[in-house]
Amino acid sequence: MIPREKHILMLQRMMRIRFFENKLIECQKAGEIVGALHTYTGEEGVAVGACVALNDDDYIAGNHRSHGHPIAKGGDINKAMAEIFGKEDGYCKGKGGSMHLADFSIGILGESGIVASSVPVATGAALTSKLQKKDFVSLVFFGDGASNQGACHESMNLAALWKLPVIFVCENNQFAVTTSYKDSVSVDHVSDRASAYGIPGVLVDGQDVVAMYEATEQAVIRARSGEGPTLIEGLTYRYEDHSLGLANVRRDGNYRTDEELNDWLNRDPIEIHKKFLLSQKFATKEEIDKMENDEIIAVDEALEFARKSPYPDAKQLFDDLYTDPINFA
Amino acid sequence: MKNLMQVEAINEAIHEEMEKDEAVYYMGEDVRASIYGASKDLFNKYGENRVLDTPLSENGFIGAAVGSSLVGMRPVVETLTSFMWVAMDQLVSQLAKMKYMFGGQASLPVTIKADMYYNGSMAAHHSDRSYPFFMNMPGIKVIVPTFPEDAKGLMKTAIRDNDPCIVFVDGNLGGLKGDVPENSEIENGELLIPFGKARVVKEGTDCTVVGIVNSNVHALSASEKLEKEGISIEIIDPRTLVPFDKETILKSVEKTGRLVVVDPAHKVCSAASEIISVVTEEGFWNLQAPPVKVASEQVHIPFSPALEPLIYPTEEKIIEAVKKTLE
Repeated sequence: MIPREKHILMLQRMMRIRFFENKLIECQKAGEIVGALHTYTGEEGVAVGACVALNDDDYIAGNHRSHGHPIAKGGDINKAMAEIFGKEDGYCKGKGGSMHLADFSIGILGESGIVASSVPVATGAALTSKLQKKDFVSLVFFGDGASNQGACHESMNLAALWKLPVIFVCENNQFAVTTSYKDSVSVDHVSDRASAYGIPGVLVDGQDVVAMYEATEQAVIRARSGEGPTLIEGLTYRYEDHSLGLANVRRDGNYRTDEELNDWLNRDPIEIHKKFLLSQKFATKEEIDKMENDEIIAVDEALEFARKSPYPDAKQLFDDLYTDPINFA
Repeated sequence: MKNLMQVEAINEAIHEEMEKDEAVYYMGEDVRASIYGASKDLFNKYGENRVLDTPLSENGFIGAAVGSSLVGMRPVVETLTSFMWVAMDQLVSQLAKMKYMFGGQASLPVTIKADMYYNGSMAAHHSDRSYPFFMNMPGIKVIVPTFPEDAKGLMKTAIRDNDPCIVFVDGNLGGLKGDVPENSEIENGELLIPFGKARVVKEGTDCTVVGIVNSNVHALSASEKLEKEGISIEIIDPRTLVPFDKETILKSVEKTGRLVVVDPAHKVCSAASEIISVVTEEGFWNLQAPPVKVASEQVHIPFSPALEPLIYPTEEKIIEAVKKTLE
């Protein structure tokens, strides 16, 4: 039984991601932020279901679609927003930006711009857990496109071989940029590949946050008991294009249809979970409306925080390259 | 003082650091059997939890070393430079960049012991000397020991360092013997050689010869022959390329007015290129002749024993280069 508070927390975090991303889309369109912007709208159920099933001191790592994961884990949206604005008070002091949010203080070991590159890293965090006989679980998010990288296969073999407490979460949002996973993955489902490593492969409706939570919870139990990794595939969809900037330069037609997008919009993870909470009487409509309003305000405050934060000073250019920076160039 | 081979000195360094700190573990292909010698007796002494034989998955296990270092371990990874190409994504995208990219949140105490087995009829896929690639990548410390004492002391410093270190070990030097002080002979009881401090291998007056790894051995034998002709060279081993001790080299060039840099890496954008560039920019007015680069020919390593030796720096090439600066 999932406690009521966790159900509420899951709705709250999904809404926080949604409003955060929608605010960024506005800012990007207004020219207020620079660089790539990979938004997580539509996929909230996957990260939130997975992260809420973890303890606060468990580890996560992720990819270039970097905002949803830390928010799902309970990260600070002020610092996240400031980082995306390239400001000094950002999570990485403005050195990482939109694709590289990280908060080591709560186990968020960083998001990688190279797809699948975080998978070995998360596997290594799980190796520490095993070597130090600690209880930490490590969970990594990657996409359907990343599932074709060697790093994924090497890590799954290693983790299965050494029975490491790592959970591989494939966010199958159907596309690697514009290439359908059906045109790039050799099996029907990424989760089918688990059998190659002798580990459980679980196919989950990623729009159902409760289903994601339950699948992750099982994987956590398995990981903590020393039985090794699990591969979870959450079927989901991104509402926006791969990157907001990229949409503007796409020239040769559409890689997906309006009908397809509408079908997924009709299965929105936030709306599905709201209905679930109401039907179970876990929350009233008024309570949900209030939560929604609170999250809108929190995101507005984060934007204010980011706007007010100064840009890093030129003196900080070389900071944090080495622990003891002497004679490097 | 004891007389050790370079490989024994490195083995001793790893034993001492594993003994001292439980967070240090050793990982790589065939390290339990110690097929290259540096991990001798580690498995017997520290067991399966601290000495890990890996699958042939360099990107996977070097990435795992990165991840495990982020949360409290100090991995030492043994691999060959030629196999590091397979792991370049983890070495570059993660190991080199994480600390900076995440605003200093990440700590990455990873040591890669990168063996270079060149000049042994192993052809193009097993003969790489890749340290210049990593000099070009901020975030990595590049360690290039020659003599057994330095190999031990630098390896220990690398394992204790909180930044990523790649220790490039020249396979041609594995059997090189040299004096290594006993711990009881050292003031603080252990041999730690600081990074960024060059070793003056031999003092001289007529020409400065900077040697990278095995080149120092060739430079020493060249020196003996040159002495007979009345030419005195000063040999300097930088010991680490990042950080780099330019002061010692600039000071030497101030004295000799001449510079030869000997480097077994391919000559274009080599360590030699960078060192000559630094001396030309910062010590130009002390130079009495153009610096000379003695580095490997810009071609892949051919298998045939008739061709391979033509590639690398030799004693003869060093003698010729020194004389050129004195013309």
